[in-house]
Amino acid sequence: MPTLIKLHQGKATLANDPFTTVADDEPLPQGDVIISLTRFQQEGDRLASEGRAVGVRIEADEEVEVLAYDLPRLAVVALAFPKFRDGRHYSNARMLRERYGFTGEVRAVGDVLREQAMLMYRCGVDAFEPSDGSSPEQWQAATQRYSHVYQRAADARRPAFDERGEA
Amino acid sequence: MYHYDAIDKEFVADRAAEFRAQVARRLAGEINEDQFKPIRLMNGLYLQLHAYMLRIAIPYGTLTSAKLHKLAYIARTYDKDYGHFTTRTNLQLHWIKLKDAPEILDHLAEVEMHSMQTSGNVIRNVTADPYAGATADELDDPRVWSEAIRQWSTLHPEFSFLPRKFKIAVTAAVKDRAATRIYDIGLALRRGRDGELGFEVMVGGGLGRTPYLAPTIREFLPTRHLLSYLEAILRVYNRHGRRDNVWKARIKVLVASLGAEEFARQVEEEWGKLKPSVADLPDHELARIRAGFTPEFEALPAVSERLEARKAADPAFARFLRRNVHAHKAAGYAIVDISLKEPGETPGDITSGQMDIVAELGKRYSRDEIRVNYQQNLLLPHVRLDDLPEVYDALAAVRLATPNIDLISDIIACPGLDYCALANARAIPIAQQIAERFADPALAEDVGEFRIKISGCINACGHHHVGNIGILGVDKKGEEFYQLTLGGSGDNDATLGQMLGPALPAARVADAVEQLVLVYRRERADDERFLDTYRRVGLAPFKEAVYADAH
Repeated sequence: MPTLIKLHQGKATLANDPFTTVADDEPLPQGDVIISLTRFQQEGDRLASEGRAVGVRIEADEEVEVLAYDLPRLAVVALAFPKFRDGRHYSNARMLRERYGFTGEVRAVGDVLREQAMLMYRCGVDAFEPSDGSSPEQWQAATQRYSHVYQRAADARRPAFDERGEA
Repeated sequence: MYHYDAIDKEFVADRAAEFRAQVARRLAGEINEDQFKPIRLMNGLYLQLHAYMLRIAIPYGTLTSAKLHKLAYIARTYDKDYGHFTTRTNLQLHWIKLKDAPEILDHLAEVEMHSMQTSGNVIRNVTADPYAGATADELDDPRVWSEAIRQWSTLHPEFSFLPRKFKIAVTAAVKDRAATRIYDIGLALRRGRDGELGFEVMVGGGLGRTPYLAPTIREFLPTRHLLSYLEAILRVYNRHGRRDNVWKARIKVLVASLGAEEFARQVEEEWGKLKPSVADLPDHELARIRAGFTPEFEALPAVSERLEARKAADPAFARFLRRNVHAHKAAGYAIVDISLKEPGETPGDITSGQMDIVAELGKRYSRDEIRVNYQQNLLLPHVRLDDLPEVYDALAAVRLATPNIDLISDIIACPGLDYCALANARAIPIAQQIAERFADPALAEDVGEFRIKISGCINACGHHHVGNIGILGVDKKGEEFYQLTLGGSGDNDATLGQMLGPALPAARVADAVEQLVLVYRRERADDERFLDTYRRVGLAPFKEAVYADAH
């Protein structure tokens, strides 16, 4: 089981993961599951009617628009980073939060490194499966390295231009 | 000149502290070179042929005396006593030791500088018209908008892992001195019919392996919406730019494959969905930035008797005035271009001692401002006409008064195979050989405006596609060869050059340039520039001259 770190109001904690991530060719276990977009499109309605919590795993070349109408019934959107250099999910994360108002968990999985923690968090990711063995303390420190930021994004941080205010 | 406030200062200090910790982990062996590479690249630290190279950002090419003195100090203390200015108006130091890098960043932070986003697939250092705030033909100071872009793009959470690097150039003047059509985004300020200011937005220019001039995707964007519109462009690119092939990952390929119209439609659609208040700066912040760019000039007579007297008595000074001194918007002032292209020297190189002199002159005579332009030269933007004799003498004493701005020896050249791990061929010696053929200032002046641009490989850091003569280094079975193109321009009439013929061996290049100049001088009518003559008579007579022996 990969480590799951959750960030809530800036504080990182190690979390128990109630979800089982299921590949397309695996049988579905009992309980809460994270499944691919394809599988969700085929079996999502049935799973939801069974009363389980469902998460969807989005690949880097998939776009969150396709989930627009399903988001209210999703517990998790897992964004899969094939390589840390692939930045498409930063846009997906911001759109989930800012455009679609998604309030469930946005989880970063795949090639997820401490160097990216702050950027991901700022784009609205609040759960992480680090691939570099980072501890929650290291993760939290990485998100707090900068005392200021220059942009408004999907997090609650005040950008520099607001901090400066109407002087 | 904009000065950092406490927030900007803490930001670069945080950055320097973060990098110090990362270098310590690398030196202690806790992370390997593969893991360290993306980290150092985010701080402009490259590993080149012989050593680490540090690329220091000079946002919109603007320096103060303190900054330039600091660059001189760093080059003297940690490098070989010189630095190299690039076509992105950055300074490169080519002989850096990894262990010194954190200390250098601390030094830079002291003078409100950094090396962030001078490499990697991010929004790079923004460039602007080098005559900003000094030229009469501008509608506004483009640095207000450039500084807004600098801050917005710094560690942008969504756009730090783009498909490829991303370069923005800004001009607010009629004459394009920032080569806006050859960058990922070019912004040119225009006045709308109702008198409002807005940007013409050009997207998808770029040189490299497949050169494109950027098409205009929006004729007029009200200035207050600049950042939200940039956010929309970057989001479309971040999501849809190619990531499967590094050679096709620049935004120019996306724009070309969709077509400018469809790309524009996607941007407009995305922009329509963005909340402008998220990215666009509030008025109080724009006013705060603007306050940093409101120089005041003394009321001076338009003519200086001191200057006129010296000009009449000293032909070398008169030539310097003709070539290197340009009109200022305020009466009694001038813009002084400083050539870093003395024939025989490396284009863009400058010693620490020279940097210190220019820094002093900037402080005493140019309202504490020094600029860098993409031609790899420096300039003093606000010099009083009365002071020009002193400034000229001080520059001449350190060999910085070469009167060749925009002439045939004012050559752009990338570092090439002398330094760069990507290069196929050397660029510097070719530039030196050509410049030496035209070292006689009277000859160079007679030949007139003539832009030669040299790149050591297809990545085109030397902008060869937009050179009047472009020279591209290629490797032919281990030998350095050079491909010539003619007729390129990076100005308002931006044009990509046409191939002259088969690549030439290194020993033939300077001869070929001389032959091309001979044809031009034979064919030119009245006071035509090389580019005008070329456009009128075409490629054939030039090709005939260079390849005559081959028949």
